Amino acid sequence: MDAFIDNFANLDSLIEVWPLLLSGLEVTLLLCLVTVPAGVALGLAVAVLHSLRIRYLTTLLIVYVDLLRSFPPLVLLILIYYGLPFLGLELSELPAAALALVLNSSSYYGEIFRAGIEAIPKGQREAARSSGLSALQALVHVVLPQAVRAVVPPLTSNTLELVKLTSIASVVALPELLRTARMAQDLVYNPTPLMAAALIYFLLLWPLVRLISKLDRRSMAGH
Amino acid sequence: MEQLGKYFFNLDVMWGALPAMLEGFALTLEIAVAVVLIGITSGLLLAIVRAFQIRPLNWLLVFLVDLLRALPQLVVIMIVYFALPYAGIQLSSIVSTIVSLAAILAAVSEEIFWAGITIVPKGQWEAARSTGLGFLTTLIHVVLPQAIRVAIPPLTNWTIAITKGTALGAAVAVPEIIGQALSVQSIVANPSPLTLGALMYLVIFAPLVQLSRWIERRYGWAV
Repeated sequence: MDAFIDNFANLDSLIEVWPLLLSGLEVTLLLCLVTVPAGVALGLAVAVLHSLRIRYLTTLLIVYVDLLRSFPPLVLLILIYYGLPFLGLELSELPAAALALVLNSSSYYGEIFRAGIEAIPKGQREAARSSGLSALQALVHVVLPQAVRAVVPPLTSNTLELVKLTSIASVVALPELLRTARMAQDLVYNPTPLMAAALIYFLLLWPLVRLISKLDRRSMAGH
Repeated sequence: MEQLGKYFFNLDVMWGALPAMLEGFALTLEIAVAVVLIGITSGLLLAIVRAFQIRPLNWLLVFLVDLLRALPQLVVIMIVYFALPYAGIQLSSIVSTIVSLAAILAAVSEEIFWAGITIVPKGQWEAARSTGLGFLTTLIHVVLPQAIRVAIPPLTNWTIAITKGTALGAAVAVPEIIGQALSVQSIVANPSPLTLGALMYLVIFAPLVQLSRWIERRYGWAV
């Protein structure tokens, strides 16, 4: 048991690497701060464009969404980080990771918003238009508020997945939480930093997991 | 455009990389199949265990499920591969990837099956029990068939999302598609193997994404 604690919960090691882990947490939070709003905005744009029913554009958007949903996010990140420099476009770790995550999550957010918009009865839009609102006004003031409310559970769940996904940036050596934990492990020769990083992720995300569990059950019961 | 052809769709390079890439492709498929089989079966078994409502056992189960839903996939893989050896458990990189992803899929599918079980009306239980069926017989022959039907659409989406995590094996040196592509790429200094790898993922996951769209339409499940 002592050996176990020495390895997995070594206080001395933790104190030594704590500043490193904190700097990693900052990068993780920064990455979330960039990618969540950008992913949501791009996804919303995709869904709204989709709802316009312009033939070729709709096909193009479906291809965009399905293509991005078919690539593992890590594949996208590696293409961007290792591939683009050959075209003369060299992105450093943070922008490369942010770009990959935003593209990937925009496809999921896009699908969610699309489902939300399609769930709003056509009559709503028609009623709004006939009361004199423009198409844009009908969309912004009538359709979207209801659509967004209807998809809060999957939106929350997808955001949790996106936050977790930031950890793949460690593969291209962005010093976020997981990467710093791995670096720290090489300093202290025990897995305490890794366990600490896991604990940080867990404490940060557990409330969200509980919330999603509740929302999911409620929406499933409604079906 | 010429650059694009030379660096991303260089057929000579792709041809040279093909044998290694095909090995990676086969390994990716094997890992994915193992993850799906182990993950979903364990998830179903765990949901059945949960139905027995043994208090302390259920608390432990809910905690483990929450833990696996809160931790990023890559963090779980890193813990299994880099931390467990300190507890005397040494798993190969391939087994580590399978165990981690299967555990995550088990957690997620347990939640989905359990949600399915809870929305089967109580009257169904009571009717089945009053005809003389035992608890387990009722669960297996009356409740589960209905619960699994409800579970299929979300389960499909989650299974696809988690199987895409096989690419994360590359981070612990599993020679799957991306791992092979990266090692060939570093030898030939040309990212065409990455393009080939991306195409291989497309071959695996594009049909699955289409399948999930079809299932959603068929079962009328939004998101």
